[in-house]
Amino acid sequence: MAEKQFREAIREAMTEEMRRDESVFLMGEEVAEYEGAYKVTQGMLAEFGGRRVIDTPISELGFSGLGVGSAMNGMRPIVEFMTFNFAVVGIDQIINNAAKIRSMSGGQVKIPMVFRGPNASAGQLGATHSVAYESLYAHFPGLITIFAADPYDAKGLLKSAIRDNNPVIFLESEQTYGMKQEVPEEEYLIPIGKGTVKREGSDVTLVAHGKMVHVAKMAAEQLAKDGVEAEIIDPRTIKPFDIDLVIESVKKTNRLVIVDESHPFGGVAAEVGFQIQREAFDYLDAPVQRVTVPDVPAPFSKKLFDLWFPSPKDVIEAVNSVTYRK
Amino acid sequence: MAIVIDMPKLSDTMEEGVIAKWNVKEGDEVKSGDIIAEVETDKATMEVEAFDPGTILKIFAKEGDAVPLGGKMAVIGKEGEDISDLLGDKKSEDKPSKEEAPVEKETLESEAETEETPGKKEDFDPLFGGIEGKGTEKESAEDGHIKASPLAKKMAKEQGIELSNVKGSGPLGRIVKKDIEEYEAPAAQPTATKRAEKDEDVPVSQMRKSIAKRLAESKFGSPHFYETVDIDMKKAVDARTAMNASGDVKISFNDFVVKACAMALRQHPKVNSSWLGETMRRHASIHVAVAVAVDEGLLTPVIRDTDIKGLTQISAETKELAGKARDKKLQPQEWEGSTFTVSNLGMYGIEEFTAIINPPNACILAVGAIRDIPVIENGEIVPGKRMKVTLSSDHRIVDGATSAQFLNAVRNLLENPMNMLL
Amino acid sequence: MGNETEVAGFTPTGAVYKSTKLPKPTRKTHKSLGIKEDELLGLYECMYRQRRFEERAAQMYQKGKFGGFLHLYIGQEALSSGLNYALNDDDDIITAYRDHGMGLARGISAKAGMAELFGKASGCSNGKGGSMHFFDVKNHFWGGHAIVGAHVPLGGGIALANKMRNEEKVTVCLFGDGAVDQGSLNESLNLAQLWKLPVIYVIENNGYSMGTAVQRHSAGELVDRALPYGMKHDVISGMDLLTVIDKFRDVAEEVRKDSMPWLIEVRTYRYRGHSMSDPANYRSKEELQEFKSYDPIERLKTYILERDLFDEKKLDEINGNIDEEILEAIDFAENSDFPDDEELYKHIYADDDFPYLR
Repeated sequence: MAEKQFREAIREAMTEEMRRDESVFLMGEEVAEYEGAYKVTQGMLAEFGGRRVIDTPISELGFSGLGVGSAMNGMRPIVEFMTFNFAVVGIDQIINNAAKIRSMSGGQVKIPMVFRGPNASAGQLGATHSVAYESLYAHFPGLITIFAADPYDAKGLLKSAIRDNNPVIFLESEQTYGMKQEVPEEEYLIPIGKGTVKREGSDVTLVAHGKMVHVAKMAAEQLAKDGVEAEIIDPRTIKPFDIDLVIESVKKTNRLVIVDESHPFGGVAAEVGFQIQREAFDYLDAPVQRVTVPDVPAPFSKKLFDLWFPSPKDVIEAVNSVTYRK
Repeated sequence: MAIVIDMPKLSDTMEEGVIAKWNVKEGDEVKSGDIIAEVETDKATMEVEAFDPGTILKIFAKEGDAVPLGGKMAVIGKEGEDISDLLGDKKSEDKPSKEEAPVEKETLESEAETEETPGKKEDFDPLFGGIEGKGTEKESAEDGHIKASPLAKKMAKEQGIELSNVKGSGPLGRIVKKDIEEYEAPAAQPTATKRAEKDEDVPVSQMRKSIAKRLAESKFGSPHFYETVDIDMKKAVDARTAMNASGDVKISFNDFVVKACAMALRQHPKVNSSWLGETMRRHASIHVAVAVAVDEGLLTPVIRDTDIKGLTQISAETKELAGKARDKKLQPQEWEGSTFTVSNLGMYGIEEFTAIINPPNACILAVGAIRDIPVIENGEIVPGKRMKVTLSSDHRIVDGATSAQFLNAVRNLLENPMNMLL
Repeated sequence: MGNETEVAGFTPTGAVYKSTKLPKPTRKTHKSLGIKEDELLGLYECMYRQRRFEERAAQMYQKGKFGGFLHLYIGQEALSSGLNYALNDDDDIITAYRDHGMGLARGISAKAGMAELFGKASGCSNGKGGSMHFFDVKNHFWGGHAIVGAHVPLGGGIALANKMRNEEKVTVCLFGDGAVDQGSLNESLNLAQLWKLPVIYVIENNGYSMGTAVQRHSAGELVDRALPYGMKHDVISGMDLLTVIDKFRDVAEEVRKDSMPWLIEVRTYRYRGHSMSDPANYRSKEELQEFKSYDPIERLKTYILERDLFDEKKLDEINGNIDEEILEAIDFAENSDFPDDEELYKHIYADDDFPYLR
């Protein structure tokens, strides 16, 4: 099995699906001639031509809406946002059109499409380029939201997303594009809505998705040296959320820390915390804790940014609190 | 067919509209879409249009009148049409027909019925319905102030551990999983009282039935009153010690009491009586019965002519009768015909108690234990021996003064036992 | 007939005295347009059905038969009817929330439309859309949409899909004059021209963006939005059925052939307020009366009678039949069932077994 970068894995997913299904096409800013702002789409224009790999103007509202319209009319567009921070300009097309037209039409319309691109912070990019949007999209009925942490999951999930008949928000991270992992040559799909155990442990459950899986792993390695074995659950899909997997783990460990790059209010961590107190109340030995970015926009200054960004140290402190270790 | 134009919903919040202006009068022809009136709503002045063509046959509300939503404004129809049925009721169109009325009434009645049925309402409680079935924990009220993690609470419950006995090691003293795992029940303290698994229904023996009947009749049929005296037994103790040291027979304190009673009864014959309803019988003989505990209850063998028997004989007869009673060999003539009863629980350490009169006796003496207590003699605290006796008397036969005199007689005899030996 | 009205504009005090002006209607006759006489009768019926449907819908709303918003199209029926006539049956249409007229013209029955207003399961969107969201996708009617300007990119997307599949189909995307001010319109025009999309954008300029007259909400001429993109464009009267057919038939054929978009401003007028609670105090009675004098239904009626194509009795018969049809639609709506409770969790996702949070 060859090691592949995250960006190669999602390129393979798109390429394979475009070969498989004529109705799949890709559009976005700099996806064709420039070969992708993060080189995700390198070589795709050469293979599929300008009719299926389409450069758009910086016009998120316009091309998002065109994508939705084409999906209503039978196509399977992949709309790439250079980052999801720019999708906000056209978010009405996602939240009001992609998510709701099926419902408003009484089921006469399907919108099989993927909006994909990097999400959340990627270093000192300032306040507007550092937002984690998964809880926002997961809030809206009609959308599916996925945030893959590594190349293997990304490829299998993106292929499922392209084949899905719903609008899917597929979130990536600039900082994981270069990450390598063994990815099988043969075709595989990962089902939407199924989480995975990224590390087994018996003392505390860490729920983390996207980039935060890696922060959780670093914390878990440190904790293991102190004799605390953390179990890491990666839901992979934010909506629908595989809460059963978390419940199962919490029944074993009795303690839960959620690591989430969103802001705290109404974030993914808040929802998971609620579900667990309801579904696993009698199994909790400590209040659920969460590690999130604080309730402030991302700062630029390196020193403040490091303070803002969830670190392995923050995770360890939260674990200490739920295991009653000072 | 004529059509009623009623006050339309011209704003989403209006409840009535005021006729600002009529653009038509009765007899005018209108087309569908013609503006026939202007109405002030809570928001604005709105136009009211005709939705059907025809002639305005009737206008109900004048300019300036407020008409409720759905109330009649006008009637449109063919000229000369009979609209008398539309002129009556304010909202005849929407009124339920007569056939519907009884149904409505029935509904109301059945609602009333539902309310009267107790308990039914709870079944419909949308908020708390069903929760009771799941069993709201009594525990939560009891340990409301005990901080424990949900898991620790569950574990404690499963293991029968009282959370109040567990020390919490978590923040603010929260009891956590570890505390339950490490909890050891204190050795001295028996674990939660183990009850018999099932209640047992024991058949009632003939003796019990008889006791139950006789004592209930006595307790509830004869008005009891009670008097207690505390008797100095120092001399009786000394006398008994001396007597038992010399003879073969072991005289008990109870024998002293029986003898004292018999002698006191002779002095106070009113106490040696029976209530017969129309008459009271003063017994010529004194037969003191002694209550003896046996397996299934108690028996009261009788020492006949007690007053003329000496302590030694009383003692011997008592032992013999008690033995027969315990062996179930007592004959009816041995427990019948008593005139007074002594019941002694002193050997169980009972200080004082009240006894139920043994019919047809007039009184019973309940004897407590002899206690070692400090007493003041000549201004000095010295060891003393005291015994409380309580006389239950049937007020139909004896009065308080009579029984008090009797009790004092008993006390005098016991405090001066030599008098009994004379 | 055929008079251009006086120039629209402002009074010296700044008040609007006329919201829009009508361009001259076509001079062509039904014969020169190749419209058969019975088709003309069908077009009359189509317009009158929309008119009567909405009059009765207003009455039902005022009787409290249903809630929500109700935006009436009355006065604008020539556009929906003429446009539908000009297009092929498999051409695509998407419009804004004032959608009853276009939906009925495209094939939604009065029954399915009325039931949708009543929120019944038998409605054209299963009762889940309501007044603003009539859909009839099998007839290529992609719905009414309720965020001003938000569906304009969707029209381009529907056209993009047709183009990618090399289908020779035209998409018509209608929106009001208010939507012209939205960024979505300008982004869409740019993309449509850039990507040569087979789409006709139609501004239904009825003079008011809610209560704000065109001159007060939009700088310059609306149709001039086409200029910076080099898009073909025109302005026509929407009060004249034959004008609408004449223009849209030509433009649709051209777009079908060379796949280049158009922007057409259709000037028209709504007789009613923006919605049911709007007394329309922002305009004069005189203005309303003037536009009513160009009423498209009356115009066609006059046209038919003047040319002795049919007699008045024939038109009255049509009116009578439609009146009956609409009353039956009300009965149908009233007697239809509301959607089952389980419908709440249906048609959100493509899958019926989606694990909804509860």
